[in-house]
Parts: sequence; structure tokens; C-alpha cells
Amino acid sequence: MTATPSPPMIRMVGVQKHFGPLHVLKDINLEVSRGEVVVVLGPSGSGKSTLCRTINRLESIDSGTIEVDGQPLPAEGRQLARLRADVGMVFQTFNLFAHKTIVENVMLGPVKVRKVSQAEARKTAVELLERVGIADQAEKYPAQLSGGQQQRAAIARALAMRPKVMLFDEPTSALDPEMINEVLDVMTTLASEGMTMLVVTHEMGFARRAAHRVVFMSDGEIVEDAPPEEFFGAPKSNRAKDFLGKILTH
Amino acid sequence: MIDVLVNNWPLFAEGFVSTIELFALAAIGSLVLGTILATMRVSPVPVLRTAGAGYVNIVRNTPLTLVFFFFVFAYPRLGLVELSFFTLAVVSLTVYTAAFVCETVRAGINTVPLGQGEASRALGLTFPQTLISVVVPQAFRSVVPPLTSVMIALLKNTTIAAGFSVHEAGAITPALSERGEPILLGMLWIVIGFLILVLPLSAMQRTLEKRWRVAR
Repeated sequence: MTATPSPPMIRMVGVQKHFGPLHVLKDINLEVSRGEVVVVLGPSGSGKSTLCRTINRLESIDSGTIEVDGQPLPAEGRQLARLRADVGMVFQTFNLFAHKTIVENVMLGPVKVRKVSQAEARKTAVELLERVGIADQAEKYPAQLSGGQQQRAAIARALAMRPKVMLFDEPTSALDPEMINEVLDVMTTLASEGMTMLVVTHEMGFARRAAHRVVFMSDGEIVEDAPPEEFFGAPKSNRAKDFLGKILTH
Repeated sequence: MIDVLVNNWPLFAEGFVSTIELFALAAIGSLVLGTILATMRVSPVPVLRTAGAGYVNIVRNTPLTLVFFFFVFAYPRLGLVELSFFTLAVVSLTVYTAAFVCETVRAGINTVPLGQGEASRALGLTFPQTLISVVVPQAFRSVVPPLTSVMIALLKNTTIAAGFSVHEAGAITPALSERGEPILLGMLWIVIGFLILVLPLSAMQRTLEKRWRVAR
């Protein structure tokens, strides 16, 4: 084995995307290293959710390259499915499968994709649910849980695939204030355990506490890319100053 | 009044047994075929979508009697496998009803939030796996009442088979008139017979709706 440096977990080069006339991603270049936690901030409509969704190709791109763990993103079909299995995703609206119980939600991926036996999948699922603190809700349906519990179940569901990297698309934006922290706590623990994470969020506290890097987006561009202390302490661009001024004054 | 029924009991019994057989086979067939057609219509493959849409547009706009005419009179001339009148009736009913099942299930698929499919694909499930494990089960849950209506329509449509030499419940009245029995009373018993057959379907609808209510 030669000492080639391992590829970055996520690598985006010259990524462009339009929604009709709207240029939502303008020449995006971004790398996320193994074990790194990157928080993407920015005003709504800045393209940060779209950026997150292009990484497992829930959104296609017009041009540029995206690589996950050194592998270019396949266009469609089985290969794409295989890659997605290694990329965990947590959505703003949880998207738990409404017709399945919580434990079945967590088991589905391992059983269908990884071909794990029912018994083994259930065992792992229960362990994961314990880890996110909702083992007692395992047999309920998603609609019977609070938002915070649902989102923690969704994190457990993503973790059940043993992903190489986790994408969080505004995981706390649909939650009541008192439930935000229970989800952020799970995420902070995950970050401290060395999970590679890309988190789109409005939670500045989480960005300060858990992020290695903050990426600030505005109008489809990456405007700043800096460690949190630097970004919050001394933002370089006017757009970042303006954004921080609006959210940190109250 | 009961005399008509008692005196012609074998006629009634055979007729209704045949109706139930026609219905059961065509119901299973059309639910399977209709669901496959619905998944074709929502698939990302343009050829499948066009084929599915073409099927629905042609079959749904053709009167059932014409579908029967095709299978009972035209199909045998094609020189393919020879089939009994009963089998041809099952095929006709299946082909026709599948178009309606397809559109009902497709409506159900459209009620499933996009995020459900996205979450499934994000886990690494393929498109067929996503449909089978996540989308179609939820689609069925939201269309229990209209799907029951389609099945009740199918049950009543089985009487058309009487015109094509299948001795089901619809063939009872002509047979009664040949025997010189009072037709009106005979028809009344047939209506009662159909009512008895429809009741379990309605009961099943209520049960399924109640059981699946918690799901969303």
C-alpha cells in the first residue's frame, strides 16, 4: 500500500444548477474531509438545501462533478442506489414511512438494501432507538410521536445503514422550540463520535459548538468558508455581516 | 314468493356460485394488473408511461359488452390457445376492470407525499423497491372507498357474461322465463342475492378504513 492520501468524503467541483431561469447553484466548489462537520448557513433561498440534496442526487445538477468517497455520483439506477445507501439523509419534514412502526422504519433499509435478516435488523434498530432515546416508542406509528421524537427516529433510520457520511437538510426547522435541543443533542453526540456530517441549519449555537467549518451561502454562491470562531467573530463579506446582524441582534 | 326460489334452487345456486367465481378471479386479476399498470404510469420510463396511458384510454372508453365481444368472438379466430367461455369472461372482466383499478391506485399514489419516496430512495432502495415497500401500500390505504366501488361495479358487471353463454346469476331470469316461472319474483330474489354479496364488500371497506386510520 502506498501512502496515497484518502479522498475527501464529499467533493464538489464546478457544480452548476438552474431551476428554470433561476440559477440556484453557481459554480460550487466544496470539500468535506473524513470526520469533518461542516455547517451550511445562509438566508432562505440561498441554495443551501439544494446543495445538500445534490450530494445524493435527489436533485440532479446541470454541470460539474460530485464525488462521494472518491467515487463520482452515478446517473441513475442500481449504482446510484448503492451509493445512496452509504449516504445518510435527514429531512426537514422527517419523512418517516407513515404506514410502518418506528422500529420497522429503522429496519427497512438494512433488510431491503443490505439484505440483513429481520431478527438482526430488529436488534440493531432497537439499539439505535435506545441511542437516540426513544426505544420506548418502537412499536408506535410516526403520527403518534412528537416532532422531536420523529426526527430522532429519522436519524436512527439513517444510521441503521451505517453511512459514511450524514446529510442534514434543516433537521430542526419544522420543530417546536422545546424539541430542537433533543435533536441537536443527538447530532452533537454524533459529531463528537467522528461522523462526517454536512448540516444545513439555522441553529447558530450548533454551528459554534459542533462545526469544524462554516460555509456561508448567498444567492447560490459559497461566499465564505471558515472555522466557526472566525466566521462568527470576523465575517469577511458584507453579505455575511448583514446575515449575522439580522439573526444575532435579538 | 319463496316457491320460485325453492323450486328452482339448483338454478339459483349454480348461478350465484358461478357469479362468485367470476367475481373472485376477475377481482384478483384486475387488482394485480391494475396495480402494475398504475406503477407503469408513474414510472420514470416514458415507454411504460405511454403504454399504461394507452391501455387505460382504450379500455376504459370501450363498453364492457364490446370487450366481451372481442374476447368471445374475435379472440378464438386468432388461433391461439383455446379457452372456455368462462375463462374468456374472466379475462374480459379483468382487462376491463384493471383500467379502473389502475386509475384509482394512481390517484392513491398521487396522495402519498413526495418526501416518502425521497426518504426511501435516500436509504438506497431502488425504484421498484420504493414502490412496493413504501408508495403502493400507502396508496391503497387512501383509496379503500373508491376501490371498493370499483369492486362492487365489477360484481354487477359479471351479469354481462350471461349474454356470452356463462351460466351466472344474470342467466337465471331467462332460464326462469323458459320454465314459465313468475319473472318479477325471480328478479327480486336475484336482487336479494346481489345485496347479500355486496354486504361483505362494504363490511371489508369499513374494517380496512378503521384499521388503517391510525397510519397517517
